[in-house]
Amino acid sequence: MTDTATVIASPEGRKRRSWTFMIGAVIVGLHIVIGLLTLIWTPFDPAAMSGGRLEAASLTHLAGTDRLGRDLFSLIMIGSRIALIVGTGAIIIGGLIGMTIGLLAAFASKTLDDVLAAGLDILIAFPTLLLAMLIVASSDGASLWTAIVAIGIANSAIVARLTRILAKRVLSMDYITASRISGTSWLGVVTIHVLPNIWPTLLVNLALQFGLAVIAEASLSYLGLGTPPPNASWGRLLQEAQGTVYSAPLGAIAPGIALVSLVIGINLLADGLRDIADPTRRSRR
Amino acid sequence: MTTLLDIRELNIEANGKKLVSDLSFTIAAGERLGLIGESGSGKSLTALAAIGLLPEGLQASGSVILDNRQVIGARDRDLVPLRGTAAAVIFQEPLTALDPLMKIGQQVGNAVKRRAKRDGGPTDKASIQREVLALLDQVALPDPYRISAAWPHEISGGQRQRAAIAMALACKPKLLIADEPTTALDVTTQAEILALLGKLVRERDMALLFISHDLPVVAGAVERVVVMQHGRVVETGAVSTVFDQPEHAYTQSLVAAARAFDDALEIAR
Repeated sequence: MTDTATVIASPEGRKRRSWTFMIGAVIVGLHIVIGLLTLIWTPFDPAAMSGGRLEAASLTHLAGTDRLGRDLFSLIMIGSRIALIVGTGAIIIGGLIGMTIGLLAAFASKTLDDVLAAGLDILIAFPTLLLAMLIVASSDGASLWTAIVAIGIANSAIVARLTRILAKRVLSMDYITASRISGTSWLGVVTIHVLPNIWPTLLVNLALQFGLAVIAEASLSYLGLGTPPPNASWGRLLQEAQGTVYSAPLGAIAPGIALVSLVIGINLLADGLRDIADPTRRSRR
Repeated sequence: MTTLLDIRELNIEANGKKLVSDLSFTIAAGERLGLIGESGSGKSLTALAAIGLLPEGLQASGSVILDNRQVIGARDRDLVPLRGTAAAVIFQEPLTALDPLMKIGQQVGNAVKRRAKRDGGPTDKASIQREVLALLDQVALPDPYRISAAWPHEISGGQRQRAAIAMALACKPKLLIADEPTTALDVTTQAEILALLGKLVRERDMALLFISHDLPVVAGAVERVVVMQHGRVVETGAVSTVFDQPEHAYTQSLVAAARAFDDALEIAR
C-alpha cells in the first residue's frame, strides 16, 4: 500500500460509511428526544381515557386508541423511554461485568481460564427469558430493574467471551512482549495496548447488544416480566393489541414499527461506529 | 570486560519434552554474538528465557544471569526494572511488533518516557517529542516528523522495523537482542537494516545477541557464533574459524548449503 493510495481512498470511504452512521444517529436521536420529551409532556395523559375504544388513527390520536380508550401514540412515546433505559442499563451492566471477567480470563492461569470459559458457556446456553423469570421470582416482582439486570447478565456472558478471545489475541502479539521488555507493568499493558485494540470490536458488539437488549425487553414485557403498568412498554402494547389485531391492526403495527425502527437505527449506528473507532479500517478503504 | 549475560546449563521444557538442553554461553559488554540454527532449534526461546518472558507452559531451569541478576525463578515484578535497562528485543515480524492502534511517535515516546522516569530525566511533552524525533532520525527514517505522526500500517515493512529498532534503542539497553530482525524483509532492505544495526551497536557500545538461520547475514553482523541444533549447542567459536573450518557435521552442512547457494547464483549469472 502506498501513501498516495491511502490518502485518495480514505475520504471517499469515510463519506460513504458516514451515511449509515448519520441515518442511524438520526433515528436513535429521534427516539432519545421523544423519550426525554415524555418526562415532561405527552399529547394525552397515557393513563387516562382520552377517546373511544379502538379508534382509528386521526389527527387527534395519531396512532388511534387502545381497547381502554387511551391514546396509543402517547403510550408508544413512553415506550421509547423504557426501551432506551433498559437497553442502556443492560449494556452498562453487561459491559462492566463482561469486560472484567473477560480480561480476567485472558490474563488468568490456564485452570482459572478454563473454569471461567466453561462458566460463560453455561451462562450463554441459559435462555435470557428463563434467567429473567428466575430473577423476577427471586425479587419482589417484575419491574424495570429486574428486566435491566436479567438482560444485563445475559449480555455480560457474551461480552465476556468476546473480550476474552480478543484480549488473548492481542496478548499473543510481539508488541505486547516488546512493551513488557521496555518495562511496562501488566496494568499498563491492559490500558495502553489491550483496551484500545479490543475497543473498536467491543464497541460495535456493545451497540449490537443494545439492539438485542431492546428486543429482549419487548419480549419480557410481552410475557409480563418487564416494566409493569402504568409505564408502557412496546412489548406489552403488542401483547394487549393481540386480541384485537384483526379489528384494530394499528394497535400492533404502531408499536411494532417503533421497535423495529429503533433496532435498525442502533444497528446502522453500530456499523458506522466500527469505521470511526478503528483507524486501520478507516484509511484502508 | 565484564560479563553481561551468562547462561549456564539452561534447560527449557514443555510438558516433559526438552526444547533446549544444557545450553551455556556468555556475552561480554560490547560483544556481538550470533545464535545460529534451523527453525525450531530453540534460538528464540533462549532469547525469551534470557529476559524472563517465556510463554506460559514452558519451564526453564539452570542459570541465566543478566546484568548480575538471576532471571530464572525471579518474580515478574523484580524483572520489570531489569527489562529495557539490561536488554531490549527486536522481533522478526515488524508488523506485529508495533501496536496497530498507536502512532509511531507515541509508541517510541512511551518507551522514551519510561526510560526518562527510570533515569530521572525530563518527562515533559516537548523534550520527549524531541528525543523521539532524534531517535527516528538515528535509525535513518526519512522525514521523522511525518513518520512519528503515522500509523504503523501507513509505513513500509523496512520503516516499521526501523521504528521498532528506535523503540528498543529508546530504552538505552546494554544488550540488544535481535531475533531474526531481517527475515521478513526483502534483500535490499535486509542489508540496510543490518548495516544500521551494526552502526548503532558500535556507536552506542551495546552488546548484541543476533539470532538467525541465515549464515551470511550472521557472518557480517557478529564476532562470535553459537551453532544450535535440536536445542543443543553443537559448535561455538569466532565467526571466521567456525565458517572456514566447521568441525561439527551440522555446521559443515550449513556452510556447504550456503556455499552451494552462492555457487548456484554464480552459475546463473
